This record gives sequence, structure tokens and C-alpha cells, in this order.
Amino acid sequence: MRWGRRSEDVAPASAATLPRTAIELRDVAHSYGDRSVLADVSVTLTERRVGVIGGNGSGKSTFARLLNGLVVPSEGSVMVDGLDTRTRGREVRRRVGFVFQDPDAQIVHPTVEEDLAFGPHNQGLPTGEIAQRVEEMLERYGLAGHRDHPAHLLSGGQKQLLAIAGVLVMHPRRIVFDEPTTLLDLANTRRVCRVIDGLEQDVVVVTHHLDLLDGFDRVLVFEDGRVVADGSPGETVPWYEARMG
Amino acid sequence: MLSLYLPGTSPVHRAPAGLKLGVLAGLGIALFAVSRLEVVAGAFVLVLGAGVLGARLPRRALTSQLRPVWIWLVALFGFHLLVTGPLDGAVAVLRLLALVVAAAVVTATTRVTALVAVIERLASPLRIVGVRPARIGLVIAMTLRFIPLVADRAARIREAQAARGAERIRPFMVVPLLVQVLRMATTVGEALDARGADDAPSSRPRRAAAVRSGAPA
Ligand SMILES: Nc1ncnc2c1ncn2[C@@H]1O[C@H](COP(=O)(O)OP(=O)(O)OP(=O)(O)O)[C@@H](O)[C@H]1O
Ligand SMILES: [Mg+2]
Repeated sequence: MRWGRRSEDVAPASAATLPRTAIELRDVAHSYGDRSVLADVSVTLTERRVGVIGGNGSGKSTFARLLNGLVVPSEGSVMVDGLDTRTRGREVRRRVGFVFQDPDAQIVHPTVEEDLAFGPHNQGLPTGEIAQRVEEMLERYGLAGHRDHPAHLLSGGQKQLLAIAGVLVMHPRRIVFDEPTTLLDLANTRRVCRVIDGLEQDVVVVTHHLDLLDGFDRVLVFEDGRVVADGSPGETVPWYEARMG
Repeated sequence: MLSLYLPGTSPVHRAPAGLKLGVLAGLGIALFAVSRLEVVAGAFVLVLGAGVLGARLPRRALTSQLRPVWIWLVALFGFHLLVTGPLDGAVAVLRLLALVVAAAVVTATTRVTALVAVIERLASPLRIVGVRPARIGLVIAMTLRFIPLVADRAARIREAQAARGAERIRPFMVVPLLVQVLRMATTVGEALDARGADDAPSSRPRRAAAVRSGAPA
């Protein structure tokens, strides 16, 4: 790993190892209106750490949104552990969490603690369980001192950690990150990378920070809505860099 | 107004939010029904005592709420001096002071979620006509969350325009703000989906800390 690890950021391994997830895209094409943005995508993601790279507008975010049914494909199908995102959206979203680029858009409650409780409450968990999970997240991400703070006053890095914690607290099996570090400074980028690194969940990370992909199991390269390369970071990243000039 | 809650364990903090809101509303009505100086002054002292001794709030929590209104209080007093007399002026000023401090005490000792929960409960009869009270609560919470954010973005756009020489605010300048807000609204909608807002059980959200501290929810 190029990013130095610091133990406090790394999630403690949970007692029960999470079951792996499989996301299968079959002949997927997607258009917004009559504008085609993805075509011919057939991949099955079973690896723990999958990276997604490509130029602006190449379809990465659309691909990411397909993985948990935020977007359903115009053609073809996306199956998460055998569940079709078209018909089983809610169950799929319980398995696959999503972290957006801009944490401000995904923090919906005024204070840190309230926002953390939002997802588990939606899941209908009992009060005690919610309290316990929220507590664990506050501790793990160094937010305990900010429990009652307005989310508005957190730093950019803290906001992104809160956004990630707000997803983790729902105990998804896989988490999709769409450019989680794009708005962050170097120190916070490293911090978020270490957090992603320490996750026991499967992850899919869309990013322009190629360093982040060190140690990943698989990287997909998108160009004009198609997967143009697919392999280990060692194979794909240099190829992509050469291609981008 | 958006971030006034000061965590604490005082009896005032632990009192149910519904009770506090009820007392605040009752106080408002009573203060305007009675115009006797000793009653109004007594109410002011009582409210101040509740804040400083009862809730153990720092003085700053109360004075910061008075800062925006003191000009109006002075003007009000001046108006009464000219029109009715110092006694009426004192009553009018003390009445407003008591209300402002009372509102400050309630907001400083009550979490937004708890206040929202009260509103949800009050709104629960609307269930008959198909309104989901939990949705009302979410909307209020989200409003409180996004007001400072939108204000921030507006300020940033204003700065960017000033940096490019726009000295005066003109109507078209709201366009970039609208664009940003609409774009963000799309993502917020997706985030609500991703975090399961659709699955929300109809009961109101229970706040985690209420359980932790054993405080009444
Ligand atoms: N909701 C939408 N409606 C219409 N067009 C869209 C929508 N979302 C994305 N697009 C278009 O689809 C194409 C692919 O967008 P997408 O966001 O998937 O790309 P991306 O690879 O994530 O780009 P970036 O690196 O800039 O984030 C772009 O041309 C974009 O303009
Ligand atoms: Mg994108």
C-alpha cells in the first residue's frame, strides 16, 4: 500500500466475517432520454476491492448507480446476489450502500448523531440496536466529540467520514464509492483511503485518484460508456495512464 | 437559530420537549393577556432563573439570542415613551424579553429531533387524510440541515461574482445558485433512496441518545 496505515482508522475486524457479494451485469446498456451513456457492459463483480476509472463523462457514475439500483438499466439486467435491481430495489439497496462525491448532499439531518441514526431507523431496527450502532460509528470515526454538532460545521474530511459512517451503520455487504476523495485535501484523502482500506465490506470505488487503487483486486477502465480494460491494477492503471497521455 | 442546542443533563434538558413547547406557548398567551408590570417582570425573572439556574446555561447562550432584537426593544420602549408612557413601555419590553429568553432556553435545552418529534405527534391526526407524519419530520429536519448549506453556497457565488467585478446584486445572479441547488437536490434524492428513506417505518424516528442516557424520548 502506498497509503500509510494508522491503526485508529482501520476498522476492527468483526466477529462474523461478512458474506461476499456478487453483482452481475448482463448485456447492460443505459441511456438518459435518447442519449446513450453505457453500452455492452457485461461483468460480474465478486472481488473484494474493485476500482473503476475513466475520463469525465465515460459513464462511471452511471455504472456505479446501476450497482445498487439507484439507476435501472435501459437494457439488460443487473443482479445483486441473484436479486434483480429492477424489481428488488429495496433489498438490493440494503445490501449495497452508496457513498457520493459530495457529502453535503447525503447528510440529511442537522446534527451528526441524528444523521447517523437515519439509515438504521429506516431499516426499522430496534432503538437499542440503533443506539449501539451509532455509538460504534461515532467512536470508530473520531466523531464522538461532535455528536451534537451541526453537520454543517464539520470540516470537509469529517463530513465525508460522516457520510461513510452513515452508510456503514446500515451494515451493507458491499459499498459503492463514487469519487469519495475528489473534494478532499491530501490529508483527508489519505484518511478516507485508509478507512476504505480497513473495511471488511466488499467495495467498488470510482476514482480519479489512481494511487487509491494499489492493492485492489480488479480495476475496470471505462471509455465512452464501454469497459475497455479489465484486470489487476498493475495491468490496467499504467495502460490507462499511457492512453490518457 | 439552527444550532442552538447545548447538551446537558439538567432537569430542564430532561423535561419532555412537548412539555417545554407547551409551556412556551402558554407563556406567550399569558404574557399578552396580562399587562401588569409585576406579572411580566416576574415572568422574566422566572424564565431567566430557569435558564441560568435550572438549565445551567452559559450566559452567552441567552445573550446571543438578545443581540438581534435589542435594537427593536429600544425602539419599542422609545415608541411607548412618546405615545403611552414608561410603564407601558417597560411592560412591552419585558414581555418580549421574557419570550425571547424563554424561547432561547427551550431551543438550547431541546434537540431538534425532539422538537420535530413533537410536531410529528401533533401532525399525526393528518394520517387520516394520507399524510405521513414521519415525512413532515424529515422535511423539517432537512430544512434545518440545508438552510445554512444553501446560504453558504449563495455566499460563495456572490464572492465569485464580486471577484469578477459584479458590485451590485442583480436578479440573474440567482441562476447559478438555482442550478447548484437543483443539482444537489437530485443527489439528495438519490441519497435518501440509498439510505432507505422509502423503507421508513411509519413510527417516528427514535433518537439514539435518548436510549443511551435514559432520557425520555
Ligand atoms: N441524469 C442524467 N441525465 C442526462 N444525462 C446524464 C445524466 N447523468 C449523466 N449524464 C450524462 O451521461 C454521461 C455519463 O455520465 P457519468 O456521470 O456516468 O460519467 P462519469 O464517468 O461519472 O463522469 P465524471 O468523471 O465527470 O464524474 C455524461 O455525458 C453525462 O453528461
Ligand atoms: Mg461521475
